[in-house]
Amino acid sequence: MLKIKDLKVSVEDTEILKGVNLEIKPGEVHAIMGPNGSGKSTLGFVLAGKDDYEVTSGSVEYLGEDLLELSPDERARAGVFLGFQYPVEIPGVSNANFLKMIINSLRKSKGQEALDSVAMLKLLKEKLATLGMDVSMLKRSLNDGFSGGEKKRNEILQMAVLEPKLAILDETDSGLDIDALKVVSDGVNAMRTADRGFLIITHYQRLLNYIVPDYVHVLVDGEIVKSGDKSLALELEEKGYDWVKKTSGEVVS
Amino acid sequence: MSDSMQTLEKHTESEYKYGWTSDIDMDTLPKGLDEEVVKLISAKKNEPEWLLNWRLEAFEKWKKMKEPNWAKLNIKPIDYQDIIYYAAPKKQKKLDSLDEADPELIKTFERLGIPLNEQKVLAGVAVDAVIDSVSVSTTFKKKLGELGIIFCSFSEAVQEHPELVKKYLGSVVPQSDNYFAALNSAVFSDGSFCYIPKGVHCPMELSTYFRINAANTGQFERTLIVAEDDSYVSYLEGCTAPIRDENQLHAAVVEIYAKERAFVKYSTVQNWYPGNKDGVGGVYNFVTKRGLCDGFRSRISWTQVETGSAITWKYPSCILKGNESIGEFYSIAVTNNHQQADTGTKMIHLGKNTKSTIISKGISAGQSQNTYRGLVKIGKKAANARNFSECDSLLMGDRCGAHTFPFIEIENQSGKVEHEATTSKIGADQMFYCTQRGLDDEDAINLIVNGYCKEVFKELPMEFAVEAQKLLEISLEGSVG
Repeated sequence: MLKIKDLKVSVEDTEILKGVNLEIKPGEVHAIMGPNGSGKSTLGFVLAGKDDYEVTSGSVEYLGEDLLELSPDERARAGVFLGFQYPVEIPGVSNANFLKMIINSLRKSKGQEALDSVAMLKLLKEKLATLGMDVSMLKRSLNDGFSGGEKKRNEILQMAVLEPKLAILDETDSGLDIDALKVVSDGVNAMRTADRGFLIITHYQRLLNYIVPDYVHVLVDGEIVKSGDKSLALELEEKGYDWVKKTSGEVVS
Repeated sequence: MSDSMQTLEKHTESEYKYGWTSDIDMDTLPKGLDEEVVKLISAKKNEPEWLLNWRLEAFEKWKKMKEPNWAKLNIKPIDYQDIIYYAAPKKQKKLDSLDEADPELIKTFERLGIPLNEQKVLAGVAVDAVIDSVSVSTTFKKKLGELGIIFCSFSEAVQEHPELVKKYLGSVVPQSDNYFAALNSAVFSDGSFCYIPKGVHCPMELSTYFRINAANTGQFERTLIVAEDDSYVSYLEGCTAPIRDENQLHAAVVEIYAKERAFVKYSTVQNWYPGNKDGVGGVYNFVTKRGLCDGFRSRISWTQVETGSAITWKYPSCILKGNESIGEFYSIAVTNNHQQADTGTKMIHLGKNTKSTIISKGISAGQSQNTYRGLVKIGKKAANARNFSECDSLLMGDRCGAHTFPFIEIENQSGKVEHEATTSKIGADQMFYCTQRGLDDEDAINLIVNGYCKEVFKELPMEFAVEAQKLLEISLEGSVG
């Protein structure tokens, strides 16, 4: 469903991604690991269409379409979801109102009727319950004054209501205590289906104990230097990123 | 400039939707201002001598005054001799029903969406509409009359209730209060008058609609609201003007007098023509609004949504004289293109245990300048006075400016004054977050801006809030999508 070919990306004339190749098939969970500054978040932002990230070469095909041609909102409505590492606060906009708007804007794009308030509330309550979130979350301003854990849960809640085809989760584990990590992981695992792809961006192996990936890729300095199955993550944890940096030459060649 | 900035800029390039003129037969005076013009205006309105003298006194004072220049505004010199000080629709006989009104005028009202027709009657809004200088029609007079409420044009009040007008005119905003108030006092041509008797809770929103129509015309209306003990009224004011290349002057005065336990809520949606994208034309909106909480536990609440005018100079204020009286100011000021706004409030605490709240939300887009200027004064005798102020500025794009000048004067140390201020950019990050969830640019901006203004919107009467929200969207709307 997603084919990234030789993707090179610059931000303000600095090349961050230096030729990334990656293919995700429906139902697969891929994890991208790497040290800070290796370009992990950039990959997520480019796929979601954030401004100021200039694609200098390469291509991204999503469900047979050129993803890079679409605006961020078109990508979102086409089923690409990005769970933010730092979810943005929007004061004065209630969580409920935001969820209602994003649900109905997606329904509209599919030619479906907007959900009425009763159906909406039922849907939201259901999803909240699966994520161990209280209904009072709906009344609060979007991410405004949320704790780190609440923000991340809220991201998963949005993912749950939008039911994307491709979910990119950028360091969803950062700032979570172990209980929250479990809840969030359960939320993600519940959404693993045969036709949905996941790209899990993480710095630590810890998350991958809960969301077990099919593939693990190691991104160092803008390139994927090593790919493998879930055991690669464990090996990384043990030996550190320096190990890949040293061995990367032989893997790539 | 990044793409998202360009999107914001595009989004904020709006067209003014009220910019037509109506072809109504007008009775106008020649341009210019001198004592004769003041006398002519007074004569045309068939005013008693005391009022003429009051005007002439104001005119003498005005001549000796200088235009204020302390505001953070860049104002082209105004030639006061190049303005028409009186213009009125010609058909002036009293109308009993709308059928008798000038059809052009009715069309004007329809285009403005003024609630004069049956269905709007059901909505329960009483309207006094002022076109240029003269109040054209007042609906609902009869129903209000049964409660003893007087709601009519200022001219009519002068004829029918001279004792009330004489007693309260200038009692809150004296003739020589400031340059524009003095000018208004000399040449005001009409406006609205509202009197709520003791113990009466006005059952409907009272509304005035102002419109400048004729060219080269200044509009100088005067509103006077008197609320007796234990009364309540919610008063709405809206304004628009046609598109003209030259600047038009609007110098209004609003006075509110609140007695014991009276509560007056005054809401404004100001949408005067703001000038074009290059800053040509637009209304100069120099307005003095002040309320006097004279009685124990009286309360005055100002809510304003300011989206129009080339230049806004306006500080709706409260004098909290009665013990335990309350003053409130809720404001949204939007500036776009080359608009300039210098607006805020003054809360003057004189009585004991007085309270005031200030919530100000500035939104600047394009190359506009948006200033909050406020004074909180706690007088010597104002023991235990409390003030809370929150002044937020939102910048859209990187060519506009936001400024905050909060002044605080405290003469009684038992007072408590809190001030919070923030300045934020409508972030590319917020936009991206919303669009990543599938909202288009327009929806995303409206969502963010409405969220930002929520605290003020919730102070507006329901129907007005919806209108104001739409107006805000129009003001910031553009060619996105």
